Amino acid sequence: MDAILIQLLNGLDKGAAYALIALGLTLAFGTLGIVNFAHGALFMLGAFCAVSFQKILTISKKVKDESITFFDAYKEQPYLEIWWGDTGTAIIDYAVPLSIIMAIPVMLLIGFIMERGLIRHFYKRSHAEQILVTFGLAIIIQEVIRHFFGANPIPTPAPDVVSGSAAVGAFFGLNENLVYPWWRLIYLVFSAAIILAVFAFLKFTTFGMVVRAGMADRETVGLLGINIQKRFTIVFAIAALVAGLAGVMYAPILPPDYHMGMDFLVLSFVVVVVGGMGSLPGAVAAGFLLGVLQSFASMTEVSSLFPGIDQIIIYLVAVVILLVRPRGLMGREGVFED
Amino acid sequence: MMKNLIKSNTVIMLIFAAVVLTAPMWTAPIGANYPDLLQKFAIFGIFAVGYNILFGLTGYLSFGHAAFLGIGSYTAVWSFKLLTMNVVPAIILAVIVSGIFALIIGYLSLRRSGIYFSILTLAFAQMAYSLAYSVLTPITNGETGLQLEQQDPRIIDSMFGVVVTDGLPSTNLFGTLMSGYSGFYVAAAFLIFAFYISLKIFRSPFGMKLLAIKSNQTRMKYTGFNTKPYLLTAFIISGMYAGLAGGLLASIDPLAGAERMQWTASGEVVLMTIMGGVGTLIGPLLGAGIIKYLENIFSALNKSELTEIFSFMPEWLQTIVVNISNVFVGEGWHLTLGALFMLIVIFLPGGVMEGVTKIKDFILGIFGKGEDNRTAEIEGEAK
Repeated sequence: MDAILIQLLNGLDKGAAYALIALGLTLAFGTLGIVNFAHGALFMLGAFCAVSFQKILTISKKVKDESITFFDAYKEQPYLEIWWGDTGTAIIDYAVPLSIIMAIPVMLLIGFIMERGLIRHFYKRSHAEQILVTFGLAIIIQEVIRHFFGANPIPTPAPDVVSGSAAVGAFFGLNENLVYPWWRLIYLVFSAAIILAVFAFLKFTTFGMVVRAGMADRETVGLLGINIQKRFTIVFAIAALVAGLAGVMYAPILPPDYHMGMDFLVLSFVVVVVGGMGSLPGAVAAGFLLGVLQSFASMTEVSSLFPGIDQIIIYLVAVVILLVRPRGLMGREGVFED
Repeated sequence: MMKNLIKSNTVIMLIFAAVVLTAPMWTAPIGANYPDLLQKFAIFGIFAVGYNILFGLTGYLSFGHAAFLGIGSYTAVWSFKLLTMNVVPAIILAVIVSGIFALIIGYLSLRRSGIYFSILTLAFAQMAYSLAYSVLTPITNGETGLQLEQQDPRIIDSMFGVVVTDGLPSTNLFGTLMSGYSGFYVAAAFLIFAFYISLKIFRSPFGMKLLAIKSNQTRMKYTGFNTKPYLLTAFIISGMYAGLAGGLLASIDPLAGAERMQWTASGEVVLMTIMGGVGTLIGPLLGAGIIKYLENIFSALNKSELTEIFSFMPEWLQTIVVNISNVFVGEGWHLTLGALFMLIVIFLPGGVMEGVTKIKDFILGIFGKGEDNRTAEIEGEAK
């Protein structure tokens, strides 16, 4: 029972990342009809927003280390600490959550530039060409990041307060010793909030209503005198933002490296397809479903029964679902079947 | 008359064979005439030509072809370990085994089309990759990769009394070692053979049917035509090509690792095909050549060599140029690849071959016979 709870939480955590990326992918696909292979790179850029924000905060100056008196010793001390003392230290400690402030404009801007600069020219091209050009873009982004940040994962710790573990066992009335990292729980809540926010935005605002109408019938909305193109561009920027925020918050869980985007992209694409191309609830449901399945498959009980199942479960499920349900879990008819 | 002669199969094959076999000579001026690189040209050429039979003719974008390459490599190495160091059985087995896998994977994946097909092939390839790393370690030797050992049984070899006393045995073709130029010529022979089959397919009713499926599958189905067997055949053939390439890779360097099956490797063959020109006969070969050549050049360069290359510039300019171009070479070669690839897809979706056609039309246009000539040609072909 304990193990199941832990694996369930692990799975939801992983699933949350898949769901957030898949949500952005589906938004881009549903509005602009673009298959964006560079979406994983956006997730990675988000994580590197956290990294660079942390780097900016910890820009240091060499100062004399007073604690060593035998000889002249120097240490690096961040400017923030020198200027503001303890407040500065606290700010550095909270680098990851604070980097969201930086990530929001940066990711919106990146999404906007990407859409206006590249994607716009590919509306009318075939899906294969869209896949290929965004794949090329993903390679470029990835290599640029590697050039500036190196190939090794960069640890970006969560704030001290939440670096410990929460006693989830006691909370659920199970074993007292059952604990789970706070940050992962926060990530879960955060992802759920983002997903709900996106759905609420599309459901309850006028903007969202227009976008949904545009997704259903772009031409008619255009004929009504609405500049649907502009809205779709904004939606694309929002999709980039969602992926970026997912990346920022994921940085403490998995130290970011330059190819994390690609790793997540492949899985997220499987998630999108399993959920059904163009279906937002499908993408979210499939994300959590596959995340949980993957983490259950990695339990020792299961993998001793079917060795290696944890490695392939996602793909196996994808194959079965696609063969049994042609359009994924919640796909609509006629989408992407040419 | 002259035109028909040039376009006949025999003439094309003769020219092609001559060009391929003299490759060590004409690649000398661009510094690509050493065996390792030439072997890569030939092998990845085969891979891309085969991939083009599926993607170019039917339009089905497979993201899992590297799996067949990997399966071919593993099969070949096992053949070296168990049967004989001769490459012929190894390559035959590699083609057959990868063909069988292509049959299974193709049968399942081709039940869907569009991006669903792409994801299915990707899923199968990733499964193969993950399994090769984990559960199938007894067969694939996991992360270390499958290698030859001195104690391997090599049944056929030992029947003929070939005993290896010291060191590892080398792969051979009836006694000729597969290293250096002989390795290239073996690969080149297979390339010519593979190209011939591809040419035949392109010019057969079978190839026409595949093209018809690409342009409008629904209509094909409405006319009462069952497209499935044709698609499956094309898939298996291209899978066997990949297996052949994998077998050759293993013949030249008897080592097989799972990273050959990763999806980025599948992506690479897609890049080659697109770069050269999808659906053209020679395009994928060019693409494979260009990518492997540039990879070789760019990944070998480093900062000091760049400084030398740009030494004709004034010093301040040289520093800037070297610093900028340094990003694109060595480890950053993938950046160049990505940029090149984007440029091709954006400006020349038909790849290098489209560029060639455009230039040809432009030159013919100068002499005032561009369009007329082309219409005449098309009419001639129709007759």
